[in-house]
Amino acid sequence: MLLDVRNVTKSFAGADGPVPVLAGVDMALDLGQTLSLQGESGSGKSTLMHIVGALDTADSGEILFDGRDIAALDEAGRAALRRSEVGVIFQQFNLIPSLDVTENIRFQARLAGREDPAGVAHLIEVLGLGPHARKYPEQLSGGQQQRVAIARALAVRPRLILADEPTGNLDEATAAEVLAQMLALVADTGAALMVVTHSPAVAARMDRQLHLRAGRLA
Amino acid sequence: MTRACLQALWSHWRRNPLQLFTFLAGLALATALWSGVQAINAEARASYDAAATTLGEGRFDQVLPKAGEGFAQEVYVDLRRAGWQVSPVVEGRLRLDDGAVRVIGLDPLTTPGALSPVAGTRDIDLSGFLTVGVLFADVATAARLADLPQEVVVDASVAPDTVLTDVGVAQRLLERPGTLSRLIVAPEQPMGLLPLADVAPGLMRVAAQGSSDVGQLTDSFHLNLTAFGLLSFAVGIFIVHGTIGLVFEQRRGMVRTLRTLGVPLRRLMGLMAAELLALSLVAGMIGVVLGYIVAALLLPDVAATLEGLYGAQVAGGLQLRPVWWLSGLGIAVLGAGLAGAGALWRIARMPILASARPRAWAMVAGRGRQVQGAVAVVLLALAAVIGALDLGLLASFVLLGCLMIGAALALPLIVGAVLALGQARARGVISGWFWADTRQQLPGLSLALMALLLAMAANVGVSTMVSSFRLTFVDFLDQRLFADAYVRGIDRDQMPGVEAYLIAQGYDVLPLLSVDTRLAGVPSELMGARVGPAYARNWSFVDAGPDAWAQVAAGEAVIANEQLVRRAGLWLGDALDIGDGLRLPLVGVYGDYGNPVGQAIVAETLFTSLFPEEAPRQFGVLGAPAEDLRADLGAEFGVPSSSVVDQAAVKAFSLGIFERTFTVTAALNVLTLAVAGFAILMSLLTLSAIRLPQLAPVWAMGLTRGTLARIDLLRALVLAALTAVLALPLGLALAWVLLAVVNVQAFGWRLPMYLFPLDYARLGVLTLAAAGLAALWPAFRMARTPVSQLLGVFANER
Repeated sequence: MLLDVRNVTKSFAGADGPVPVLAGVDMALDLGQTLSLQGESGSGKSTLMHIVGALDTADSGEILFDGRDIAALDEAGRAALRRSEVGVIFQQFNLIPSLDVTENIRFQARLAGREDPAGVAHLIEVLGLGPHARKYPEQLSGGQQQRVAIARALAVRPRLILADEPTGNLDEATAAEVLAQMLALVADTGAALMVVTHSPAVAARMDRQLHLRAGRLA
Repeated sequence: MTRACLQALWSHWRRNPLQLFTFLAGLALATALWSGVQAINAEARASYDAAATTLGEGRFDQVLPKAGEGFAQEVYVDLRRAGWQVSPVVEGRLRLDDGAVRVIGLDPLTTPGALSPVAGTRDIDLSGFLTVGVLFADVATAARLADLPQEVVVDASVAPDTVLTDVGVAQRLLERPGTLSRLIVAPEQPMGLLPLADVAPGLMRVAAQGSSDVGQLTDSFHLNLTAFGLLSFAVGIFIVHGTIGLVFEQRRGMVRTLRTLGVPLRRLMGLMAAELLALSLVAGMIGVVLGYIVAALLLPDVAATLEGLYGAQVAGGLQLRPVWWLSGLGIAVLGAGLAGAGALWRIARMPILASARPRAWAMVAGRGRQVQGAVAVVLLALAAVIGALDLGLLASFVLLGCLMIGAALALPLIVGAVLALGQARARGVISGWFWADTRQQLPGLSLALMALLLAMAANVGVSTMVSSFRLTFVDFLDQRLFADAYVRGIDRDQMPGVEAYLIAQGYDVLPLLSVDTRLAGVPSELMGARVGPAYARNWSFVDAGPDAWAQVAAGEAVIANEQLVRRAGLWLGDALDIGDGLRLPLVGVYGDYGNPVGQAIVAETLFTSLFPEEAPRQFGVLGAPAEDLRADLGAEFGVPSSSVVDQAAVKAFSLGIFERTFTVTAALNVLTLAVAGFAILMSLLTLSAIRLPQLAPVWAMGLTRGTLARIDLLRALVLAALTAVLALPLGLALAWVLLAVVNVQAFGWRLPMYLFPLDYARLGVLTLAAAGLAALWPAFRMARTPVSQLLGVFANER
């Protein structure tokens, strides 16, 4: 099992004391599987995604990544895991504004020491980014920026891909197109995909659908 | 509506206290240095004015002796009998236990209106002033006169270190019975007066100058101080400009919302302008208080500088003069207005439905880069043209302005090009991102870097000028102080015996005789020297004819310092009247750095024939170690050891005066650099607040917060280093302008320029340290940024 989440809890400080966000979550995800995580705003789905992506830490519980407990890693260890094993696609794209499209796509792969120029060229071509390869993020539309973010996440050849509302900022037609391209590319790599979404349509395209309600899987 | 709008506008500052602090601190610092310098200038000018008012300089014509220190009182009586409405003045230095004061004797009955303080002091009766003797002085000077028998009245309008009294009392105090120094000519004179030359052929009339001599002399010094104040102000305004730009950008959304809710644009603009005015007044008041402290700390050194360089007396205490604190508040408001005008204009022109997104990227894209480059080129070209032409002192300051502002505007373009080169040549992924991200940050840091460039260039320029001056001065001291020891301050009657004894011992003795006098109308010192091979060997001239020393030794010619010949409009070949109608050709002009008065040298024999009553005031002795001389003269004549000074001690004393002269410049240098460091700190802190969305993705992709913090620190150091490298040639250009253009225009002489690589290296290290220190806190904050804050960047429901 690539990802095994056991009884994870997390709470945030509130004005009247700690506010529980995750109250004992268990879930698992293996290579080649896709999973959607749905829930109301504040239900804890983004928090869970951040914890499994080693972006945040849990208060308790175990998060086993390929058998290793992420919770036991220090900051440098978590950074190394993110660098080489996790690709994250954000709703706000979060590209690096000072780098052009190609440099953005290569960036994480180079950080991980896994740069594959042919792979990058393939991603650029498949995602239709060829004419924009030397443009900067501010010069791209939302759909183009999200394609760059997808390419960046895939270029590192991660084993786990996390997507937080990947089509939330796109119009319906563009969203469908981008989602299709993302699923096809993820399927090619054989990575595990976890998508946080409000959209039933997006969730329906995944192998499994999980619902979070008040910090617990429903 | 107004209250609600103000509440909304103020909420931005409440939510961003760092921006409020940056704005207030930047403007307060800018105002502080400006108003500090203005306070010093105002105090010095008030002292000059007090002196001028007391002495009638500048307001009334004067009658002066053509040569010598004074003239007989009978000449005054002759002039009065001939109908001349003149008033006598006697002046001189009165030695006290703790130094000397200037004593000025006036005649209150004939002095032109409002010149004498007697009229304005109710409880002093005129008969007392004339008979018993009343001395007027400021508080500090009055305290020093306690041992004198005369009554001392404190009068704040009297110039520092000056005592005003009746002419007869002054003659007694100065031991000059029956002698006057000059006459003040009343504006109204009867018709048909006999010409002055007929009644008093030894006197000459000098027209009122409109301002005091000392005021004119020191104008250049005060202009330099003002230029420094303006530079510091400009550095501070860079900070304010950056803050205001950011604040207005961040409030675009609020402005749009307020207008959508029905607030008229005109009202909104008015409220924002009022907000700016209120904040600038608060900052201005803080700045004025800080300026007062700066001025109070620097004034004693400025006073020492002015006395050392120009012989000008300036009070060491500081008064709260409206002229400078009002100008401080005024410049704070003006500076904030200048910095905020562009931002207000953009808001005014913003369509109501314009995107509320901050235009940070538009700023980053640097739309105005081409315009900025063009302005920089024009200013630098203008500087080159002015430098090539000889257009006067004011033009040389315009040249300085063009050079500094042009270079500052060119800085972001040059640094941007270097960073692009770095990016193109970068191999590693992190180094590639580092260069690209640094380019990205450049617009946000440009103003702080410009401030750093100006501060550092000013440091390089001024320190090069001062150090060049210092080298020249040391060389000059080596020429002038060629005797091994000097004997001075012993009883006049002992002098001939001591001289004879020293000659008998086989030493080469060089007596120096001198009298204070006026030469060609310029207050000067006439010296008599025993001209021999030692002078010819050691002294170098600025300009001299052939066999100058030989002609002087023969009593056929005179040599003079630059101060005298330039003020009198003389040069080689002209004749100088040295007294008793004797006119000698000027055969040499020598440099005389640090001497405020004119000086001329004639042969000892000629001098003693002109002033037979004068005895040497000191001897230079060649070939005698000071220690031996002290022992010999002490045993033979009871001469105290303090009267024998060795050459090294004299040099050390002279250099000490010189060093103190430039303490103020050094202090302003450090302050300006500190303000630039503050500008960097504030820019980095401001940027760090808006930079999280750029760093969070990089962190998410696997760089730790510590690594990002170290990269940020390195970025500040690289930018500071690039700025320092560019500041060096700019500073050297500034030094050249100061030495070769401004100095020539202001003083009439040019100093050689030397380079001081070690000093520049030290300054570079200091600059890097300042930038590193400034970047340390933002980097520390980056390293400690809570993960939740970084994750907040990715939150969907933002």
